[in-house]
Amino acid sequence: MSASSEKKNVALFVTCLVDLNRPSVGFAAVKLLEAAGCTIVVPEVQTCCGQIAYNSGDKESAKAIAKAVIRAFDGFDYVVAPSGSCAGMIRHHYRELFEGDDTMMVAVEELSTRTYELTSFLHDICGYQPEGVRLDTSLTYHDSCSSLREMKVRDQPRALLGGIDGLEIKEAEDREACCGFGGTFCLKYSEISESMVDTKIENLLASGADTLAAGDLGCLMNIAGRLKRRGADMKVLHVAEILAGMGDKPGLGEGDN
Amino acid sequence: MQVTSRRFKEGAHDALHDKNIQQAFSKVKSGFPVARAKSASELPEFEELRDSARDLKNHILENLDYYLEYFEEQVQLQGGRVHWCSSYAEAREVVLHICREAKAKTVTKGKSMITEEMALNDYLSEHGIEPIETDLGEYIIQLAHEYPSHIIAPALHKTKDQVTELFHENHGKYGFNERLTDPQALVNEARSVLRDKYVAADVGITGANFLIAETGSTVIVTNEGNGDLTQSLPKTHIAVSSIEKVVPTLEDASLFLRLLARSATGQEMSVYTTFSTGPKRMEDIDGPANFHVVLVDSGRSDLLGSDKQDLLRCLKCGACMNHCPVYQAVGGHSYGWVYPGPIGAALNPHMVGLEEARHLPNASTFCGRCEEVCPVRIPLPKIMRHWREQAFETQVTPKPERWGIGIWAFFAKRPKLYRLMTRVSARALKLMAGKKGVIHKLPLMKGWSSVRDFPAPEGATFMEQWKKQQREGK
Repeated sequence: MSASSEKKNVALFVTCLVDLNRPSVGFAAVKLLEAAGCTIVVPEVQTCCGQIAYNSGDKESAKAIAKAVIRAFDGFDYVVAPSGSCAGMIRHHYRELFEGDDTMMVAVEELSTRTYELTSFLHDICGYQPEGVRLDTSLTYHDSCSSLREMKVRDQPRALLGGIDGLEIKEAEDREACCGFGGTFCLKYSEISESMVDTKIENLLASGADTLAAGDLGCLMNIAGRLKRRGADMKVLHVAEILAGMGDKPGLGEGDN
Repeated sequence: MQVTSRRFKEGAHDALHDKNIQQAFSKVKSGFPVARAKSASELPEFEELRDSARDLKNHILENLDYYLEYFEEQVQLQGGRVHWCSSYAEAREVVLHICREAKAKTVTKGKSMITEEMALNDYLSEHGIEPIETDLGEYIIQLAHEYPSHIIAPALHKTKDQVTELFHENHGKYGFNERLTDPQALVNEARSVLRDKYVAADVGITGANFLIAETGSTVIVTNEGNGDLTQSLPKTHIAVSSIEKVVPTLEDASLFLRLLARSATGQEMSVYTTFSTGPKRMEDIDGPANFHVVLVDSGRSDLLGSDKQDLLRCLKCGACMNHCPVYQAVGGHSYGWVYPGPIGAALNPHMVGLEEARHLPNASTFCGRCEEVCPVRIPLPKIMRHWREQAFETQVTPKPERWGIGIWAFFAKRPKLYRLMTRVSARALKLMAGKKGVIHKLPLMKGWSSVRDFPAPEGATFMEQWKKQQREGK
């Protein structure tokens, strides 16, 4: 029996932030998924999951974008995103968008059941565990709200990180609290967001960890941006980068070094 | 009360720079949520109880007219009266009328959110009747001429020193001239002042946590015992309640009671759970001679059958605000009307108008913690999103925001154009950052860069790098 016949046919949902801001997360995801026995396709017509429009009340734009996603990701065994937020949008909120539209609902339900956040997919579906990856640092993990509460991702990234040699996990206080990102929230209510991210940062720094990881780039950009503004010293990486052995690259906001 | 929800941002700004408020509300997260988590974990069936409570509330709301009429019949059988009021104005008039019939000069009041909605205290004062709040927190803010900043801890925003000053200013006339600083001594002084008020009051007004249809009882859940004195000592007891508080049976009330205090303060039960059924009977030792229930609709029935009906399940426990990071940051008064936190963000636009309360459902990261802890599983973020949709459709959302989303959506719907835009943006942003790796000032995203640096992109987008790799046959 050839190995390829068992391979899972996975479409990568890159996410707009990874595409624009941190492509290495996308390549880390590809590397991990391949190592976990998947064949990867990156549908070219993808742009965004539509969450920005959806959360801003622009339901019609959100629907148009969702329809494009549904078409682009048709026919794959799984759709995997290196983000709980985007995966949550596709898995849970597309249903709300098309409530009452029976013709769309079949495709929506079908896409919903095969859409996953990266770490939970690697851990729960692929049974993947990193091997031979080393990173000598102490790390604290930030649970993004959508990963935690929408996608029920909490233990999976920690289990995967447990397989990294030399890595020590130091949990922060109040780790289930929001970092204050919230998409356009952090732009429209920047003062409140500032207070929230500062509270988060106090807890992260108090953990004593050198590195922060999370599974959502939105939170990471918010926290890293605020850490930089405060002149605080903590390296910020996406969990996929660490798992894929790219933990030694510069963190968010550190330039090329 | 004056509605100030329109000024949410300004209110939040002031609160964020007020040391007392910051200190008071930062304590919320280490107090109530920890206690709730502990008491929930000690009750194995807690999650199932939440499901049952949600389902039962839904059943009640589907049959609200039936249970309310059933309740009225039972109240009448017990010798009480029920007054149906469609508006606050009507309810205020009814209360005033009853007070005048009782020739009331002073009324004592138990803690009640519906009378806050009605601004009953101001109304009674204007008509020559002195209302006296007897819940300690409510008493403090009444002295300060303020309104609650938390639905179960109304004076949460007040420091001990502020209470010392308030009592010193107001208690001199009762012969208390010492400036007290010990919390227990302050409580004792308030208790001494209030004791005489209970006895002197002609009417006692309470709210109701539940109305029990099968017995015609009203139920209050308190920790101080002030509610009991308020409703049993004066000759007339008025229970003011919104219509959605009715439950079919005593058994049903017990289901909600198992959830209420655990969700609110983490107590298994509150210290007092008091059932009032009709006026004093011959064989009763005490109790009021007259028993009135004022049922207030004021917009609730409009929610029935709407996409926001779930709001009517609310038990007013405060768990949503206790767990809300926005509420913890900006406190209760920023919300500008009676209900702060997530329940306020979801309910107030209905009660005071979407244009007035536009900010409230927007000022949320949709972190989802409120829904996670709500004892009756109200989908608060979903309802807030419905308001955002309504605001967008009716152009209540400001133009710059609408245009911003419109421009972004224009590109997001056109993959080729989008690719071009992201390629240009990624390069431009990297160039702006230079070697630093971050951008300090983003002219078009001041909201971001006023608070944080912007971590610069790596340069080429993922999609173009990926395409290149594929072409080169990697």
